[in-house]
Amino acid sequence: MAISKEQVTHVADLARLSFTDEELGQFTDQLSQITDMFNELQEVDTKGVEPMTHVVDLVNVLRDDVPAAANPQEREALLKNAPDAEDGYIKVPAILDNEGDDGE
Amino acid sequence: MNYFTNDLTKIHAQLVNKELTSYDLTKQTITALKETDKKVDAFLTLNEEKALEMAKAIDEKGIDPANLLAGIPVAVKDNIMTKDLRTTAASKILENFVPVYDATVMEHIYAHDMVPIGKTNMDEFAMGGSTENSAFKTTKNPWNLTKVPGGSSGGSAAAVSAGIVPIAFGSDTGGSIRQPASFTGIVGMKPTYGRVSRWGLIAFGSSLDEIGPMTRNVKDNATVLAAIAGFDEHDGTTVNKEVPDFTANIAKGVKGLKIGLPKEYLGEGVQPEVKAAILAAADKFRELGATVEEVSLPHSKYGVAAYYIISSSEASSNLQRFDGIRYGVRATDVKNLNDVYVRSRTEGFGPEVKRRIMLGMYSLSAGYYDAYFKKAAQVRTLMKQDFANVFADYDLIMGPVAPTTAYGIGEDVSDPLTMYAGDVLSVPVNMAGLPGLSLPAGFAAGLPIGMQLIGKAFDEQTIYQAGYAFEKATDFHKETPTLGGNN
Repeated sequence: MAISKEQVTHVADLARLSFTDEELGQFTDQLSQITDMFNELQEVDTKGVEPMTHVVDLVNVLRDDVPAAANPQEREALLKNAPDAEDGYIKVPAILDNEGDDGE
Repeated sequence: MNYFTNDLTKIHAQLVNKELTSYDLTKQTITALKETDKKVDAFLTLNEEKALEMAKAIDEKGIDPANLLAGIPVAVKDNIMTKDLRTTAASKILENFVPVYDATVMEHIYAHDMVPIGKTNMDEFAMGGSTENSAFKTTKNPWNLTKVPGGSSGGSAAAVSAGIVPIAFGSDTGGSIRQPASFTGIVGMKPTYGRVSRWGLIAFGSSLDEIGPMTRNVKDNATVLAAIAGFDEHDGTTVNKEVPDFTANIAKGVKGLKIGLPKEYLGEGVQPEVKAAILAAADKFRELGATVEEVSLPHSKYGVAAYYIISSSEASSNLQRFDGIRYGVRATDVKNLNDVYVRSRTEGFGPEVKRRIMLGMYSLSAGYYDAYFKKAAQVRTLMKQDFANVFADYDLIMGPVAPTTAYGIGEDVSDPLTMYAGDVLSVPVNMAGLPGLSLPAGFAAGLPIGMQLIGKAFDEQTIYQAGYAFEKATDFHKETPTLGGNN
């Protein structure tokens, strides 16, 4: 079951990645080869076998929802890692396009 | 300090007798590191000033005679968060990232007075088996500088192998501690899933990831594991179980132990010299009083496919946090918020990381989930049952760590499928959450061969016991690399 360029573009969109045409071609080939290898699994009889997503027999480890003491210095250090911050907040660009967002 | 000839017990004695201070040891170690690392390229960031300060404080407090690890310089893989010390996971997207908290493992390191002197190179986000996927540099194998050190913990492995540090920390999602340990002739342990806290480990495949120690010998390894293991309220998957003194019964020997040798682990694709070394190791165990018999793990051959589906799916989810907003590199000159996500990720991630994210997204996407993710999760159940069946009758499983010795730099990197196939003997352990150790078991053309010992869940003790007996009876771990090129 080969993967098409359109499928790769769709998955890239889901993953918030973009590729040049050349990269897209390369990824399409590679992903097709890799998923061919994945298809070996179809020969395994898994009828009635429970899927396993975790190896430890633990369920819902809970704790009280109490915030730990806030530390203003930590807040400052956290914001230092943000690419853009102002007045103690992280700054992000507008959701709408910078140009053409004036209601044409 | 010559770490080739001095194990932790010997160094500790000198520190306790005050023949040596931790400050001098740390200083010597960093000076030697700077020289050796010109050839090996194991380190991404040094912690020189802080390490010397810490060592001084430890000297002033006094070396605890009961703590073998006090005052010992160590290296830490760069996906383990270190407060105030740059942590990149060898990715451009985290090039300037400085954590605001320490991983739980770091807290254990500090509590035991170990001295972290730097962060080591790795495959970006731990995705790879050669350390060639680092965004910053290519680490070399100390046994032959034209060969890869393995990966993803290649920097940590090379640092121990080259004698730069006696202890390094790595992480293992599908073999990333054991395979580089095998390629560089050192001892590397992937502990049982849930044994060591993953809090502060930059997540790759959360149901598979585990942190573990890399050392020059088995006993040192057991000492370090005991120091970093245990329940952590910050990691809901750590298991609340008492951590034994892994060194207590280490010299008990292997008399009466039953060891299984899976026929699938010596099959097609395994280099003849690797097979011969493992068969010789089996004879050595028999000579030492153990029983070694052929067993079968019939679903092994599906391990690579199932592993790459599950680990990539988990990675595609885990790596969604890298969006250029709260930390990391943000693309500039963007049109809107979505553009920030797309451009930051596209510019920040390397090709292998993108490949894994794409594979994961695809496996989880509508229409493919049942054929890929669910199927892989079912095969995982069967793989775990394979191990349970063998462990009903046997104490340990032995085999190679990797099908080959270290390959040449640049040889495999362009072909993902060849690269992935090299993980066939290491991924089953992660899929089943079991502990696995790599230790030196031979050489082929001057390159180390690693043997893998796999134990029951939470039975690292029996692994160390057998590993120690093998090490005592052989000389492979005494060989040291020349740090030379092709000879």
